[in-house]
Amino acid sequence: MISTNNLKFKYSGGTEIVFPDIKCEAKDILLVLGSSGVGKTTLLHLLGGLLTTQHGSVHIQDTDINKLSGSDLDAFRGRNIGIIFQQNHFVDALSVIENVILAQSLAGNKTDKNAAQNLLTRLNIGHKAKSNIKDLSQGEKQRVAIARALINQPRLILADEPTSALDDQNCTEVLNLLHEQAKAAGSALVIVTHDTRLKDIISNRVILQ
Amino acid sequence: MSIIQLAWRNIVKNPLNLLLSIILFGLGVGLISFLLLFNAQLKEKFDKNLAEIDLVVGAKGSPLQMILCNMYHIDNPTGNIPIKNAAPLLRDLHPLIKKAIPLSLGDNYKSYRIVGTNYDLAELYGGKLKEGALWVKDFEVTIGKTVADEAGLKIGDEFVSSHGFVDDEDLAHDHMGFKVVGIFDGTGSVLDQLILTNTATIWNVHEHPEEESADSTSHEGHDHTAHEGHDHSDHLHDNSNADLLNHPENEITSVLIQYKSRTNFQALNFGRNINENTEMQAASPAIEINRLYNMIGVGTEALRSLALLIAIVSALSIFISLFKSMRERKYELALMRVMGASRTKVFSLIILEGLILALIGFIIGTVLCHVGMEVIAKYLKADFRYSFTGWKFLTEEWLVLGISLILGFVAAIIPAMQAARSDINKTLSEK
Repeated sequence: MISTNNLKFKYSGGTEIVFPDIKCEAKDILLVLGSSGVGKTTLLHLLGGLLTTQHGSVHIQDTDINKLSGSDLDAFRGRNIGIIFQQNHFVDALSVIENVILAQSLAGNKTDKNAAQNLLTRLNIGHKAKSNIKDLSQGEKQRVAIARALINQPRLILADEPTSALDDQNCTEVLNLLHEQAKAAGSALVIVTHDTRLKDIISNRVILQ
Repeated sequence: MSIIQLAWRNIVKNPLNLLLSIILFGLGVGLISFLLLFNAQLKEKFDKNLAEIDLVVGAKGSPLQMILCNMYHIDNPTGNIPIKNAAPLLRDLHPLIKKAIPLSLGDNYKSYRIVGTNYDLAELYGGKLKEGALWVKDFEVTIGKTVADEAGLKIGDEFVSSHGFVDDEDLAHDHMGFKVVGIFDGTGSVLDQLILTNTATIWNVHEHPEEESADSTSHEGHDHTAHEGHDHSDHLHDNSNADLLNHPENEITSVLIQYKSRTNFQALNFGRNINENTEMQAASPAIEINRLYNMIGVGTEALRSLALLIAIVSALSIFISLFKSMRERKYELALMRVMGASRTKVFSLIILEGLILALIGFIIGTVLCHVGMEVIAKYLKADFRYSFTGWKFLTEEWLVLGISLILGFVAAIIPAMQAARSDINKTLSEK
């Protein structure tokens, strides 16, 4: 589903980061481990097309995302990639369910309120659908972010430190949830983290140095 | 979820942040629209009341005052002129004059002016009888529509006048009874607020108060007898100018003149001749009213600049609000990009917010302008008997809408460009 080839990236004034090639098939889960500052977020942004590659390539399905530019890339990302950030931001003016629906509409898909509500229910926050984002707890926000990443059934889900702020119990729960929903949607799941608790659960992993 | 909805939600999320900008914008727009509306209506009133009068001849004084008094009925007369002086104008055979209409002022009823004149005045303003008839005898009056509506006068009603031009009970000629014999249809001109009668009635009211007081307050059918014992020269047999000439010592306030041909060279010099060679004064309404427009114009111009300044300052404040809000929402906007929104879409979102703000401001301003006009119209009506209305919309208001939207667009363009240009990778990497 997703594969990289010989990715390198250099920030202006920084040293070059060389990434190992990664590969992750649909319904699979890949853990990218590394301590702070080794370029985890950079890799995630490269995979998500938020950052233009300088060297090497990223293929999602059969598309080389370097070949896309401007609004084509934005549209491709909207439809095919769901991203869960470490720090989750939402459109504050909208309610929980509207934030999920917004993801549908921005990806150019038909908005489907029922689908959004069902997904929120599956993530155990169905009862908060009409709430204001700022009234949610950190854990609840995390779930809304997951719902938002999943709603378009993307081919690839990228998660940046999805568990680092959670305790052990919630960590396992969120991870299971993510994996379960990614499988259900037929997506490849790539988790970028320094949270070593995950390495005991996920065997398929790449370590950044 | 369309971006219009999203823009709207962003605006209503924090209404207090934008309240000041919107109110300011509304004030600017309101003031501009108000000036447009007021000027348009004032000009319309003035133009309608010009009624193709080429020259006004009256007592020496301020020409503008004479015009305002005798054509618009909003100022006091400059004085009176003896008929013998005006006689050349009133003769039917004058080679230049098509129509000469004598006007005698001096009394009012509930501050509606009583005008002694002939039938030509009604014709001049296109007055058609709605009911009743034109006056024939002394103390019979035919009244304008506004007078009938506002003072509640009907055919057959009698009333007493008060002296001067303001309604004052102390100045009432409580012995003089006028009788309504006819009511004009609305014309939209000054005729609506006038009470017309013959010239002799005005003379009777003012020249023989002691003698008249001996008579009964009712003049119905008594006019003739009432005057039998008095100076008979006051009695006119018909409304013609020729008849006026039989009373050379009596006075009238002015003569309104229509030329046979406006372009006649002699007509152009006619007014100047009167001013230089007689004790009377002649003034051209068109020239005087233009002078008045120019005088008002300075004030209007200053107000308009002020209104424009307010609108620009408010656009600046919309710019600042949007810029601030864009900064606060930069993660949100980056996130929208991640979710598939193109730069164009983010750009349009901020622009839409600016346009919506301007539109709300325009709506507030328009409501303010029309309601304000309606309120001020009440005062104007009380003071000048001129009716203005707030329920009139001008095509220029579309122009105001256009300018409002342009201001909204301009205010939004820099924040929108910033939002569209921002590097999502950088924004999302900042913690």
